[in-house]
Amino acid sequence: MHDDLRGRDLKRLTADAPERSAELAGGLAAAADERGLLDIALGTVDSPLGRLDVAVTDRGLLEIAFPEQDRATRLAVLSERVSPRILNAPAKTDNVRRELDEYFEGSRTGFDLRLDRRLLHGFQLTTLRATERIPYGRTATYGELAERIGSPRAARAVGNALGSNPIPIVIPCHRVLRTGGALGGYGGGLSRKQQLLALEEQIAGDP
Amino acid sequence: MIDQRLPPFPDFVEEHRVRVYRFLVSAVGPVEADDCFQETFLAALRAYPKLEHAEALDRWILKIATRKALDHHRERGRRPVPSESAIELADARPATTKADGIDPADPLWDAVRALPPRQRAAVVHRYVLDLPYDQVGDLMGCSAETARANVHHGMRTLREEVEADA
Repeated sequence: MHDDLRGRDLKRLTADAPERSAELAGGLAAAADERGLLDIALGTVDSPLGRLDVAVTDRGLLEIAFPEQDRATRLAVLSERVSPRILNAPAKTDNVRRELDEYFEGSRTGFDLRLDRRLLHGFQLTTLRATERIPYGRTATYGELAERIGSPRAARAVGNALGSNPIPIVIPCHRVLRTGGALGGYGGGLSRKQQLLALEEQIAGDP
Repeated sequence: MIDQRLPPFPDFVEEHRVRVYRFLVSAVGPVEADDCFQETFLAALRAYPKLEHAEALDRWILKIATRKALDHHRERGRRPVPSESAIELADARPATTKADGIDPADPLWDAVRALPPRQRAAVVHRYVLDLPYDQVGDLMGCSAETARANVHHGMRTLREEVEADA
């Protein structure tokens, strides 16, 4: 039948496009990495604090995000400030996953991960560098941290810098409290801050 | 302004992967489509930092895919369709069955593969992706009239092949 051959006949040749293209898209990251085209690898880590979205580069861990953070906004920021060459590449985030797992199990009290601090500048960078030196299981106050970085009157600015920490947990901004022991604030919500402090108190207190 | 922003690359892939694959699998066949698909999106990833706006991304990626498909044919030269091609395809894609996807033994594959590359690409743009002729022309770097002629000749050949098989 001369006129029977139509688009639908050709379309049936492509019936498995949704499944097959999903598989191929999953393989893109490895190919991109081989050719030096993968600048930011995305992965997820399931944790007692919920599913964390992590982003790593060849320099190290760039970002840890809590589930409530808007994904599109986050990725737009990463595109603009670091590189738009971003792909889902869970295998590239294995290191981060392993260290976070160990941390939440209580078998790790310090991270060996390299950090990519390109999302940090100026005052926030200084503040978070000082925060990295607060030991596991210990705490400092906003005022003390302000003093340590040579800006004793900047306790409030320190609080703001910590509140937008792009690498929470690993840069332990949860260890910074108000004078007198009140929790203060936390970018991921106060209950998470409490959970982290309780975990560290328990592990550090165990001989 | 915000909607002009480029989507994050993983979202871009997610949005366009099915269409791009649909085009490629019809234009170069299921075995070569995998390579072309990867090459298409790697080319997009390479160019992504230089893109300044999010306009017409669907056409942009299809244009890259079209180029990859035609380059692919140019590289390999026109190959005659081997009589056992259906068997090769079946071997390469063992999981695929007629019930839930492509039937690699479908004689239509051989007929499509036998078309000259430009006719094949034009037919696929028009009849698999349902694009109007001016867009087919745009994607292939020719006029709408030339695109229409390519589609017309391609479809006529396909019909003859399919009839001869029947």
